[in-house]
Amino acid sequence: MAQNTHGTATSPSLSSTFNKGLLEENPALRQMLGLCPTLAVTTAVTNGLGMGLATTFVLVCSEVVVSLLRKYIPSSVRTPAFITIIASFVTLVMMLTKAYLPSLDEALGIYLPLIVVNCVVLGRAEMFASKNGPLLAAADGAGMGIGFTCSLVMMSAIREVLGNGTLLGVRVLPSFIEPMVIMVMPAGGFAVLGILLAASVWIEEHPRHRHKVLRKSSSPSASLCAACPIQCGVGDPTNDACAKDEFVEMLEAAYAAARKEAEERDQ
Amino acid sequence: MAQYASILFSMILVNNFVLVKFLGICPFLGVSKKFDSAVGMGAAVTLVMALAIAVTWPIQQLLNAWGLGYLQTISFILVIATLVQLLEMVLKRYVPSLHASLGVYLPLITTNCAVLGVATLTVDEGYTYPEAIVAGLGAGLGFLLAMVLFSGVRRRLEEAEPPEVFRGMPITLISAAITAMSFMGFSGVVDHLFGA
Repeated sequence: MAQNTHGTATSPSLSSTFNKGLLEENPALRQMLGLCPTLAVTTAVTNGLGMGLATTFVLVCSEVVVSLLRKYIPSSVRTPAFITIIASFVTLVMMLTKAYLPSLDEALGIYLPLIVVNCVVLGRAEMFASKNGPLLAAADGAGMGIGFTCSLVMMSAIREVLGNGTLLGVRVLPSFIEPMVIMVMPAGGFAVLGILLAASVWIEEHPRHRHKVLRKSSSPSASLCAACPIQCGVGDPTNDACAKDEFVEMLEAAYAAARKEAEERDQ
Repeated sequence: MAQYASILFSMILVNNFVLVKFLGICPFLGVSKKFDSAVGMGAAVTLVMALAIAVTWPIQQLLNAWGLGYLQTISFILVIATLVQLLEMVLKRYVPSLHASLGVYLPLITTNCAVLGVATLTVDEGYTYPEAIVAGLGAGLGFLLAMVLFSGVRRRLEEAEPPEVFRGMPITLISAAITAMSFMGFSGVVDHLFGA
């Protein structure tokens, strides 16, 4: 189950590192990471695209820096160190957006600073950049970022066309079709994502659509969840056993053991 | 008093962090399978949110005074991470019973976007110190409410038989959509009640 697709023994090629983020390990649709921005900002294509590109920038830059510093950061303080690096780039993106794209800055609101806590970014820093060279890390960041951007654009295109009757602000639905306002409301976000996930499972499972790239790894997130420092990934959409309860049980057991040990020490 | 009540209830119902603002989706989908873990996680988030605001609000005033507003994101996330660590140690040492029930969830909260989100949001809204703390409390309680409601929904889902491709996460998201729809009914209610 927990196969490591980008193994440690042989170093993967640049193109395969880049490609895996697009489909096979797509952050939003296959790993279920970074769901908050996926749901929150995808009410219009421009917002989805802007959020995706901002995240891609942060991903690439922070992965390269983490990769360059990977030999100097002691492993005990690596999570705070990674967060600081990521937060610096997020601040940079916030400043750039505010200066050059004020309307996007307004539309994205608090979700822009929240890229810091996007599990995709920290997850990739921990999983990939801290173990690979800067060039590979950049390829991984770009692949994951573009894959994430694609899912955001897809989500927002569906929601904008159905909920507002427009695409990129241009009217596409004839005026006699009433737009379904629910689609740009929060409830629509959950529904569209649910249907997209079901569609991706269907494409994967259906023999006629079975694609070589998708078949290669049946559960990319199983290995990811195990190594993710924050454990926020809810796991593989097709596999219920991978969900958080297991992790909580594991932690509970660890805490119970620690408590018992402390009690014994006290006596 | 009315303004505090208005902030509190609009944070819980109208601007529910999970179902309206999409913050903290990961724990919402991940830890809501059982009622007990949903309550534990919700209570832990409420506690951390209120404490985080109590600390980040003065920090923001300092940053503003020194003209360092751009350091907001970095300082908030580091302060929150430290705070969660400290809270865990303090609970472990002085309130072991609470630590036993909430401690499990604390490591999960450090990088929860809802906590950083509420800290940033109160700054953007320009709340005063007591207002900000009430907003943090409301956001946490709203999270708790959504978690508890949704754990009930998921219990029923376990026995349902959706089409093959909808098993697992897709049907969970569809039910979250319906839960979110029910919260749309609250918009306007708070304004009418408290006249804010």
